[in-house]
Amino acid sequence: MMEHSETRSQGSGETTVNLTVNGEPCQLTLPPNVVLLDALRDRLGLTGTKKGCDHGQCGACTVHIDGQAVNSCLRLAVMCEGRHITTVEGLASDVGLHPVQQAFLEHDAYQCGFCTPGQMMSAAALLEDSRIADDDAAVREAMSGNLCRCGAYKNILSAIQDARRHVSPQRTEGESP
Amino acid sequence: MRTLTNIKAPEAAPSVSHESSEARKEQTGRNKGDGPLARDTTTVHRQSATGGSSTHARAHESAIKHVTGRAAYIDDIPAPSDVLHIALGLSPVAHGRLTRLDLEKVKRAPGVVDVITIVDVPGHTDIGPVFPGDPIFVDDEISYVGQTLFAVAATSYKAARLAVKEAVIEIDERPASLDPVTATERGEFVRPTHTHQSGDWQQALESSAHVLEGEQFVGGQEHFYLEGQACLVLPTEDEGVMVYTSNQHPSETQKLVAEVLDIPFHAVTMEMRRMGGGFGGKETQASPWACIAAIIARRTGRAAKLRLPRAEDTRATGKRHPFNNRYRLGFDDQGVLTGGDITVIGDCGYSPDLSDAVVDRAMFHADNAYSLGQARVTGHRAKTNTASNTAFRGFGGPQGMMIIEAAMDDIARHLGEDPLTVRKRNLYRLGRDVTHYGQRVEQITLLHDIVEQLEASSDYWSRRKAIAEFNAKSPIIKKGLALTPVKFGISFTVQHLNQAGALLLVYTDGSVSINHGGTEMGQGLHTKVCQVVARELGLDLEQVRITATRTDKVPNTSPTAASSGADLNGQAARDAASKLRERLFDFAAQHFDQELGGLDREGMRLEGGELIAGVGESERRIPWGELIQKAYLARVSLSEKGFYATPLIHYDRDAAKGRPFYYYAHGAAVAEVEVDTLSGEYRLSRADILHDVGDSLNPAIDIGQIEGAFIQGMGWLTSEELKWNEQGRLISDGPATYKIPAFGDLPPVFNVDLLQGHPNSQASIYRSKAVGEPPFMLGISVWSALRDALASLVDYRHCPRLDTPATPERVLMAAEALRNATLVKAAQPETSDDPA
Ligand code: FES
Ligand code: FES
Repeated sequence: MMEHSETRSQGSGETTVNLTVNGEPCQLTLPPNVVLLDALRDRLGLTGTKKGCDHGQCGACTVHIDGQAVNSCLRLAVMCEGRHITTVEGLASDVGLHPVQQAFLEHDAYQCGFCTPGQMMSAAALLEDSRIADDDAAVREAMSGNLCRCGAYKNILSAIQDARRHVSPQRTEGESP
Repeated sequence: MRTLTNIKAPEAAPSVSHESSEARKEQTGRNKGDGPLARDTTTVHRQSATGGSSTHARAHESAIKHVTGRAAYIDDIPAPSDVLHIALGLSPVAHGRLTRLDLEKVKRAPGVVDVITIVDVPGHTDIGPVFPGDPIFVDDEISYVGQTLFAVAATSYKAARLAVKEAVIEIDERPASLDPVTATERGEFVRPTHTHQSGDWQQALESSAHVLEGEQFVGGQEHFYLEGQACLVLPTEDEGVMVYTSNQHPSETQKLVAEVLDIPFHAVTMEMRRMGGGFGGKETQASPWACIAAIIARRTGRAAKLRLPRAEDTRATGKRHPFNNRYRLGFDDQGVLTGGDITVIGDCGYSPDLSDAVVDRAMFHADNAYSLGQARVTGHRAKTNTASNTAFRGFGGPQGMMIIEAAMDDIARHLGEDPLTVRKRNLYRLGRDVTHYGQRVEQITLLHDIVEQLEASSDYWSRRKAIAEFNAKSPIIKKGLALTPVKFGISFTVQHLNQAGALLLVYTDGSVSINHGGTEMGQGLHTKVCQVVARELGLDLEQVRITATRTDKVPNTSPTAASSGADLNGQAARDAASKLRERLFDFAAQHFDQELGGLDREGMRLEGGELIAGVGESERRIPWGELIQKAYLARVSLSEKGFYATPLIHYDRDAAKGRPFYYYAHGAAVAEVEVDTLSGEYRLSRADILHDVGDSLNPAIDIGQIEGAFIQGMGWLTSEELKWNEQGRLISDGPATYKIPAFGDLPPVFNVDLLQGHPNSQASIYRSKAVGEPPFMLGISVWSALRDALASLVDYRHCPRLDTPATPERVLMAAEALRNATLVKAAQPETSDDPA
């Protein structure tokens, strides 16, 4: 058993990494070239995070790493040692749906739903980010990395602006996503 | 097997639940819950499930699953731990002969369990969906880059992919045929040419006051369904397979899997819960992957999963057909068409696939909303060395409409009229109400109403004036405005596909399960079908649940395509529900109030979760749950199947005449663009849409479909550029090189309304209209607005040719061409002003 929250190489060429995923500490032993997206989906069974392109260009795989929206297909799992990861499965809390989820529900902000988890994760992060202005143009810009082939952008935008009423921006610093 | 089993009390020490169940048994008025009989029945929560409520906006049936990430797609289904992952070996060249395929090193690569090629296919090797021509694996002839040569199954996906690289492939390469116009000249077709003709088009041209001609290239489109092609196949205990697939046409894939494995159809079961987008790309082209995975699953006895990575998906599968169109049309001084000749050439790729019907639909829509007069329309199906082009929202219709919309703009410029004026004059009207294929256009005034309402609501004419003034003062930035209509025929043009089935099951707690042949890909079909059943049975939407589309529940189904999903499957579900309802009425009339001579069968209805009989004093209400339980105990069947076949439609291919469409759906859009004529960059600043969905089944879903379709249509005509290199390799094979509309492309002003007060004149499901495809073509307004902005460079005397997608590069080239033409004209004032 590993006891330290420290990345360590295993004999088999696999590496052990300690993460906190949706509030639960977990330890994974995996090859160093496994991306976070695959680790979440295949190792932890968290299939809410989707694989749209696998190349950092569609946003379907967006998760939060320490509160920042990140394309999980571009992050190696081993680079996330000690980090707090939130996926769509962790967006709701004991008290109910996250305001973004509630707003997506009320605004029908999806059609096929495949982009939805990524859209919501990006939306939840941007609403907490006080550096992003609250007008439509700023939201569109901040959401530009999340593609929706069904073209549900209008409802997604209104859902985000509606959710804003229930989220207060917190973060003013931190690395760019 | 017994169907009734007594529920025994647990033997163990009494638990709380045991006690409560005992207590419940003793309650008076409750049944004991023998066998399948429920102890409690579902209740209706709101008084909202009657009459018009089915037309209210209702939440998507998977809403909560979508926002919590629990809506599972194929790749999310937990697979058995010994599942095999499949990777494909694809052809690197577009045309040639496979002279050597040595897979020895592939077989020996780590983790590899099975490797298959054409010789390992037990049954049919041709999986062409309608016509032959699609080998499951290359035999020796290679027809496009991305064609499947072999498949590798390994214990991990990575191992399978690495093993693919070990193959030794030798190909005797030949020149690739990539130009459909050249192919047409050479007579290289995947299917024979077809022609529609009405009247004497040559005579019409000769006697016309004006004649114009023009040509255009209309680019293709990658589906870019966000969930790529994927399937999971499990071997079953007999010789069969269970196939989970992201698929718009499970019955066809079932057939092909059975034929490839050489087993009966009943040994193959397909299950399809939802797709992460389909758009036509999973109508025929989801089958090959299921067939390959099925062979591996049968050979190895293990589950097999095949998921195409994005770049392979875009290379291996067909797209929207690119078209090369030409017109030569005559018209009078008012710009009203007298007749002429239109030719459309669809680039079908290497095999027929659905191209016969796609090019037919392009021909059926070469008139869009306008009477062509005496016209001939010819459609060629060119064969080229690319992936086999396939269904895509609109199915050729959009490409056909583009030629007549080009002509409308050109005619307007020729006569010095506003394009909207010319369009309005050409709309089908009394006396000019028969299409070039012989179908009479019903609801003839409807498009006129739509255009007039939209003209007013979008302020077309005052904006037109403001734009003219702006452009006169602005030398570089030019604004453009256009209103374009859509008339789109609804039905499969292949007649036998216009049928559907449904299976309705009611359980003894009163909950209802509906299954039908349609598939859910984001268009809200399942929600609509649930609404239909809830309405017919007077229940809440919550009491009706839809289950995954399965070929062992409803067999021999048609693809979910041609916008027909709700029309066909909604009617089949309604048929099942109304049959069951009548049976319940018969039962209730006899069973209840026997001492009073039974209930009044006439006027009986299901409403708000109750059966209601009689009126006033003698009104009797029986809760749904009680009705169902009594019916069960009286041995009345609580399941029903439904069926529907669209009436009236027919088409005689030899005569090229008929009524291929049950009805038409209509709409119109106004787009305003701003173009930087020095860079070609532009943006859509406003869009207004008015669309006809008859009496909407679900306005929220319909408006979402219209918005999404418009954006996708705009993407097709503006930013989505497919590029192949000279060797026939697709180089725009991912989102970095192929640009689908993103958040920033959403117009800042975007008004979408449903036309009110015009129920479908045909007896469609609750007089609604299909909505999946028709609004796609509203995107043409953006292209026409770009041409309008460009025309301002030459004082609207000429409309430039603008091939699509009208990328900034093409817009810039068109602007340059206009500027150069103006310079030439200034030097030679006597040049004809005929733009042709
Ligand atoms: S899957 Fe990560 S951005 Fe597309
Ligand atoms: S809802 Fe289908 S991709 Fe966004």
